[in-house]
Amino acid sequence: MIEKFLRATGSWAISILRRMGHMFLFLLRSIYYIFVPPFKFRLLLREIRFIGTKSMTVILLMGSFTGMVLALQIFYTLRKVGSEAMLGPAVAISLIRELGPVLSALTITGRAGSALAAEIGIMRISEQIDALTAMALSPIRYLIVPKMVAAVIVFPLLAAIYDVIGIFGGYFVGVKLLGLSAGTYFSQMKHFIVMEDITIGMYKALTFGVLVLWICCYKGFYTGYGAEGVSKATTEAVVMSSVLILVSDYVLGAFFI
Amino acid sequence: MKKIDLELSVGFFLLIGILCLGYLSIKLGKLEIIGGQHYMLYADFENAGGIQPGSSIEIGGVEVGRVASVTLDKDYQALVGLEINDHIKVQEDAIASVRTKGLIGERYVAITPGGSDKILTPGGKIRETESAIDIEQLIAKFAFGKV
Repeated sequence: MIEKFLRATGSWAISILRRMGHMFLFLLRSIYYIFVPPFKFRLLLREIRFIGTKSMTVILLMGSFTGMVLALQIFYTLRKVGSEAMLGPAVAISLIRELGPVLSALTITGRAGSALAAEIGIMRISEQIDALTAMALSPIRYLIVPKMVAAVIVFPLLAAIYDVIGIFGGYFVGVKLLGLSAGTYFSQMKHFIVMEDITIGMYKALTFGVLVLWICCYKGFYTGYGAEGVSKATTEAVVMSSVLILVSDYVLGAFFI
Repeated sequence: MKKIDLELSVGFFLLIGILCLGYLSIKLGKLEIIGGQHYMLYADFENAGGIQPGSSIEIGGVEVGRVASVTLDKDYQALVGLEINDHIKVQEDAIASVRTKGLIGERYVAITPGGSDKILTPGGKIRETESAIDIEQLIAKFAFGKV
């Protein structure tokens, strides 16, 4: 009885370890191919367009409304203690340090990550990846590396766009609608924000970029069989990326700052 | 046509992203890439509480530089490194004091210009300093009638 229980625990632990090791090796192989020529520059541009340019509309919308709602809620809270002047710093710091990187990463996961996982998954089940391998072309070099590099470029930039749009959304609500003075909003913001806040936000965005692309590509690359397998892989990719974004945000915030 | 489209859209995205990043780091993060020549002055304070690297330095309410470092020297005095903009001259008998913006605002270093002809050279030390006012101590003194 006890032996059976121990055996079950052991095999469970080993299978988890094996899966983690498999994922990690996948990441290492992708990183290796980043630095080995020939580089696929045009594929990289295409991925930047897909992950970056096409996500801009939704990022602009989400960023402006996040900033507006932040300004609205924080304004009414601050008014209770009579320090509306702190509205600018409160909006900017929460956007730059937390909300910008996290929410933009979640948005890109939903918009681009799911699509990437499904795309790679379908290439796998329709044996296109096997065809590449059979032609002695590395599928990682053609499929994964451009997406990974694109994510490293795109995620921080989208987070920066999100921050700026959010700050101006907050400006619109705080200054134009609620009657704070424009000078107070920006000058207080400048006093309180230091370069460190911005670099932390950018490190977070970089981490999320690698994380999301790694998980989405891995899930698609090793998808199950048939349409059902691809749908399962896509769901898993999105859920796992979203959860890991929030977990790693906490971990980064708690241990490295 | 399709080829131009791809490059155009990527270029457009990268430009906007880098502009936003630049706005954040230069406007809000006070990152200085171009211009802004500085020289260093030092000042010993008995108590530099609240001053930290990045705090502003003002003469007559106008920002003239930023605090570069705050360390403890061997006489247990706070040695504050002041980064002053190049075109600002500070006289030898100028007074550096730690002040507070408003009642509970942030701390900054105020320099009161002196009347001496001698100008401090880079790396020089401002001798006359006034330390931070400890509001709690002030209230305590007031409450116990020692003012």
